[in-house]
Amino acid sequence: MNHHQQILSILAVGIFTLGAAGVAFGDDDDDDDRRGKRSQPRADFAPLTNVAYSEECGSCHMAYQPGLLPARAWTAIMSPAGLSNHYGDDASLTDELRNEISAYLTANGADRSGGKRASKFAESRAGVDSGLPRISANPYFVKEHDEIPARLIKDNPDVGSLSKCNACHRGAAEGDYSERQINIPGHGPWED
Amino acid sequence: MTSPLAIVLVATGALTLSTPLLAADAAAGKAGWTKEYPASDGSAARSCATCHGRDLTQPGRQANTGKVIEPLAPSVNPQRLTDPAKIEKWLLRNCKWTIGRECTAAEKADFIAYIKTQ
Repeated sequence: MNHHQQILSILAVGIFTLGAAGVAFGDDDDDDDRRGKRSQPRADFAPLTNVAYSEECGSCHMAYQPGLLPARAWTAIMSPAGLSNHYGDDASLTDELRNEISAYLTANGADRSGGKRASKFAESRAGVDSGLPRISANPYFVKEHDEIPARLIKDNPDVGSLSKCNACHRGAAEGDYSERQINIPGHGPWED
Repeated sequence: MTSPLAIVLVATGALTLSTPLLAADAAAGKAGWTKEYPASDGSAARSCATCHGRDLTQPGRQANTGKVIEPLAPSVNPQRLTDPAKIEKWLLRNCKWTIGRECTAAEKADFIAYIKTQ
């Protein structure tokens, strides 16, 4: 490591530490909505900034914020084999698009950055099919959803699956998963 | 195996039906549209209509995610069949998912010819 790189590293660590301290002191409430007075609440997850990702992935399902999975999970999902069996679908891309989208997702993964709730998603797990990592298998995600009865999600014709975040989280597309924004079709708001 | 140029030519109408190698047949495309193929993962048999429906002027629904798919018929959705990269991408993916293999150039030309008439 040369001299310039050392200085850059020290600066980067310093900036990161300041940022982390800001998160630690500012984040005293997971749901960010009970005080209600915060002028510009930071999104739970950084919003999407890559057009190719929004278009390519969003044409079949909600384009999940990159902060919902760690970088290594995105790498597995975006591999050629991962895309050709994409949770039961074929989602193959040209190498050019695949590389662009993969670089975007991994650079903004839950373990890299991505919003105040992203750190809870730094651990990823495969689903019961032991295939690709699933956001819905993350322990924090499971804990947040385990009290919701099946009739409101799986057996709810307007929802059908936990994978359809935006069916109930009305701010999901903007990265806002606060309790205040929940409206379960046929049921209404959800109080944890 | 695939023939992007041929697809572009068929899609843009530059290739006439008399070309012997790629006589795009809308009737064959229509017949193929609803032909069902067993799924290797044990789920219900699949055809193009599983997600796109039988009436191409109507929206469809992605079988796994439930997301609405805008109509494929150019008569109601003029954006369709205008982007060769999109045509290639979706024919590749959707043949593999539905039929279990890539479509031949002739099969793809037939599907495009059928969609064009809708």
